Amino acid sequence: MVRGLLLRERVGRVTFQAAVGAAFVFMVLPIALVLWLSFFANEILSLPPEGYSLRWYREVFAQRQFINGFRTSLNVALLATVCGLLVTTPASFALARARFRGREALFQLLMSPLIVPAIVIGTGLYMSFVELEILTGFPVVGSVWGLAIGHTLITIPWGMRLITANLVGVDRSVEEAAQSLGASPLVAALKVTLPLIWPGVVAAALFSFVVSFGNLEISLLLVTPGQTTLPIAILQYLEWKIDPTIAAASALQIAIVGAGLLLTDRFVSLTKVVQR
Amino acid sequence: MATVSLDRVSKRFGEVLAVDDFSIDVAEGELLVLLGPSGCGKTTTLRMLAGFTYPSEGRVQIRGRDVTHEPPYRRNIGVVFQHYALFPHLDVFENVAFGLRRRKAPEAEIADRVQRALSLVKLESLGQRMPRALSGGEQQRVAVARALVIEPDVLLLDEPLSNLDAKLRLDVRQEMRRLQQLLKITTVLVTHDQDEAMSMGDRLVVIDRGRVQQIGSPQDLYLAPRNRFVASFIGRANLMEGRLEDDGSRFVTRSGLSIACAHCAPGAGSLMVRPEAVEILDRPTSGLNVFPATVEVVTYLGSISELVLRLTKSETVIATEPAGAAAPRHWTPGQQVTIRVDPASAVGIAPS
Repeated sequence: MVRGLLLRERVGRVTFQAAVGAAFVFMVLPIALVLWLSFFANEILSLPPEGYSLRWYREVFAQRQFINGFRTSLNVALLATVCGLLVTTPASFALARARFRGREALFQLLMSPLIVPAIVIGTGLYMSFVELEILTGFPVVGSVWGLAIGHTLITIPWGMRLITANLVGVDRSVEEAAQSLGASPLVAALKVTLPLIWPGVVAAALFSFVVSFGNLEISLLLVTPGQTTLPIAILQYLEWKIDPTIAAASALQIAIVGAGLLLTDRFVSLTKVVQR
Repeated sequence: MATVSLDRVSKRFGEVLAVDDFSIDVAEGELLVLLGPSGCGKTTTLRMLAGFTYPSEGRVQIRGRDVTHEPPYRRNIGVVFQHYALFPHLDVFENVAFGLRRRKAPEAEIADRVQRALSLVKLESLGQRMPRALSGGEQQRVAVARALVIEPDVLLLDEPLSNLDAKLRLDVRQEMRRLQQLLKITTVLVTHDQDEAMSMGDRLVVIDRGRVQQIGSPQDLYLAPRNRFVASFIGRANLMEGRLEDDGSRFVTRSGLSIACAHCAPGAGSLMVRPEAVEILDRPTSGLNVFPATVEVVTYLGSISELVLRLTKSETVIATEPAGAAAPRHWTPGQQVTIRVDPASAVGIAPS
């Protein structure tokens, strides 16, 4: 009987490991393929490659729309990250600490960009921005600010989740101790709570940046010629040409995001943040 | 003059009445203990003193100032939390300096006062350590230093010893009492540990189910508990149900034992005899309050031996005898003995 149980356990363990392995391969394979493709020498994609070269990377840097797209994406992602944190940090404090009517509704509202299709958000924003332009004469559509506002929306659910998860882990009595020593709630939040949830804030910033940097659907409706983000530049290039240049552009995008992850991991352990 | 006073304070959480009509005065330099089982309202009371929660009714005063609805940061109080609640991202020095920085004290004064506070708790050399690098006892002392350094009007201690191991707890208990008496600081301590309460408190407030049961010195509570709850909560007690007879000079238990008692006020529903007041006689005697009994359980506890003695079918008493008596005695279960209860130590207890 004991042997049978052991065998069953062993089969279970092997099955589990196989499933984990399969999931891992499923996630990594496309990335690995893109990286591989970007080094192919041949212009028309075919297997096996005729040889390897770095010419597509040169090509990326030679194409203005990629460089401009990269610059726009970077600006938009940084702005969206900062704006997103300015909304989510205080909002998380309010939702994690205060009890008020409509608390649950507010949380759902802030999480809704995760549920509403991004293309719908983009359309809604586009229509609003057009109205706003007619009213004020200020060109919102196509501006970096317009894009940043749209991207801020999709960063909010990430910030909310990560920061609230960290706030829940902070012992309330530490905040009470600060207040008993003469700190007003605001001072206690800044001097005590914020340093304690800092890993969550950093993780929120990182995820926001990544979500914004890779976004296609919202940007699609808010860009104008000459003012496009990198994913859109890649998409537009794909529409009339398929060569490894886009693989190289994607590889660069992957490299930037990957570097961001590694850099963040040096300051706060991402495993820890994700485990919360 | 009372430093701290609660005047008819009540606290409701929805339908639950957590604190029901408390009136307590804490004298200058006094250590008052709020004692009761968990959920009795003692912590809620402390939190109302601190300003972490506000009373539903009644008034809270600190040094004559009405602070009923003042937030904690405008009260000048020192709080030591059960889990210490040190700031994990600040070193020991900055933890202690936190309150002084909020008061915008000059840097030189901060350095001086923090150092003095740390030496009071004998941690002067650990200023640069982070809290996680400290033992539980050290963390507790940092928490005390942090609360004392601001020279609070009142020091509030929320079960400050409950997270220390038993051996350390006794040392820390004495140390805190010494410090409190040295600084003559008005203190309110919350605990469910009656040993801690008895050994530290000038006065005790026994609380049960949101109501004050009795306020008094440790001796008052031990020798003259006002009701059943206090009698059984403070120390060990033999409680026997029954009624008074013969103008209140005798107490007759349900199973018919008749015990003479010197302190039976009218209305007593039970009789309390402390275990150490049950005397085990060497040989059968006759006399007042002498009863035959059978030894049921003998427990050796080091400094004392504890015996469960059966008096009647439905009644047992616990007796304790100090070890180290001139002629140590031995009992075995089933042995027949004779006991005597001094009428002066039989106390009538009113129903709760």
